[in-house]
Amino acid sequence: MQYIVLIYGSEKGWSSMSKQQVEQMYAEYATYSQDLAKAGVLRAGSELKPTTTATTVRVRGGKRQVTDGPFAETKEQLGGYYVIDVPNLESALDWAARCPSARDGSIEVRPLAQSAQG
Amino acid sequence: MLARAIDQLVRREGPRVLAGLIRWSGDFDLAEEAFQAACAQALEAWPRRGLPERPGAWLTTVARRRAADLLRRRRPDVPLEPPLADGLAAEAVEPESLPDVEDDRLRLLFTVCHPALAQPAQVALALRTLCGLTTAEIARAHLEPEATTAQRLVRAKRKIAEARIPFEVPAADRLAERLDGVLSAIYLVFNEGFSATEGDSWIRPDLSTEAIRLGRLVVELLPGEAEAEGLLALMLLHDGRRPARTAGDGALVPLEEQDRTRWDRGLIDEGTAVLDRAVGRGQPGPYQLQAAIAALHARAAHPQDTDWPQIALLYGALLRQSPGPIVELNAAAAVAMAHGPEAGLAWMERIDRSGALAGYHLLPAAQADLLRRLGRTEEARAAYGRALALVRHPAERRFLERRLAELG
Repeated sequence: MQYIVLIYGSEKGWSSMSKQQVEQMYAEYATYSQDLAKAGVLRAGSELKPTTTATTVRVRGGKRQVTDGPFAETKEQLGGYYVIDVPNLESALDWAARCPSARDGSIEVRPLAQSAQG
Repeated sequence: MLARAIDQLVRREGPRVLAGLIRWSGDFDLAEEAFQAACAQALEAWPRRGLPERPGAWLTTVARRRAADLLRRRRPDVPLEPPLADGLAAEAVEPESLPDVEDDRLRLLFTVCHPALAQPAQVALALRTLCGLTTAEIARAHLEPEATTAQRLVRAKRKIAEARIPFEVPAADRLAERLDGVLSAIYLVFNEGFSATEGDSWIRPDLSTEAIRLGRLVVELLPGEAEAEGLLALMLLHDGRRPARTAGDGALVPLEEQDRTRWDRGLIDEGTAVLDRAVGRGQPGPYQLQAAIAALHARAAHPQDTDWPQIALLYGALLRQSPGPIVELNAAAAVAMAHGPEAGLAWMERIDRSGALAGYHLLPAAQADLLRRLGRTEEARAAYGRALALVRHPAERRFLERRLAELG
């Protein structure tokens, strides 16, 4: 069963970290990604560029509306994701809890719809 | 007479059979539908042919056949998956002979109390699947429209299926954390039943009894868990006082005015024995502390025999283990009884100033009680007024009104 692990955290928090802290965080993510790969559960994943690079598109009445940034102002922003393939929610939650950002951000775990039978 | 016996039999065997069906099929809705059909068939067949030797096995076999029929009808093109087909091959399925059948109910309890489900949904699902209450009964117990309960159940079952919440008892390293959630859901069921002191108890199913049933199940299936025993002890001790808790007019009778000869000694003795066993395990916890406090109250033949200094100490320990303003209010009330109303009143004023219990009627009610004891009638009257403006439960309201009237 495939789950998407959505990583929400404070972009401000990231930008206020020292260079050393940022390197430490990246090292932890590298280890985490390797662990996922070694366990054979990693299907996809990436860090996202900050929300300042985001653009939102809506089509209303056939007309395209393009706006700067994400849809809503929130304290935590989507900063990255993984897609993992594990037997059930319990093991998806175990993996999500090990994500380095789980300590200061929040991790949303959702099953992928097309994987419902898998 | 026979119909009643059959009904009781189905209620007793039901949760075990249903838990097994859920594990076997991995599908809550299918298991429930098949189980309902089997029960209906039992009500029809048993009066004519007599009770089967093993009613649980009978229900399981009939329900499995029915489940297979339902699946074939739903998806005629898809062959049955091996576990479903296997179950049908066996002529008579003996629940007793299936591996870990007791554990099925425990698995079910951990599944329906999974923290990925909201607590009201956990409670509704536990009552539905493990206590065998109907949706209408659960709705009445929570004083909510049946459609709301039905939707809650549908959503929760859908989440279990779609997010694939596993049907299992968590691994040892996660057990303590998950057991907490299970115990708190059970305690919530108990408290809902316990506060239903109104004259409507005849239409509200007895949730306290159901909670005690679930508590016994956990203690039976997870032996050695001191906090599970602590919760069972706490519920038994509270339930033992129930016969004296309400007056004829439905008003709440406070502990110190209760007719202690009306307490159910059987329940209290059992609760005390369960608590002793729990404490002997050397794993202290909040439920054991609360049960110990309830046991000290139960031991006093008269209110003046109550060991308040010991109770105040236990509340202090409880406050360190699970801090919170309501525990603090209870601790302050115990200190007032042990060391005089002034000490308790000063503490309650600090709680009041902190604003942590703003809007909670029991804070002004407790203050009013201490002011009354001190003869500060005017202040007591004002505090009762504040409590009455906040209280919602009719039985508690009647009690406060009576106290206010007694001030003269």
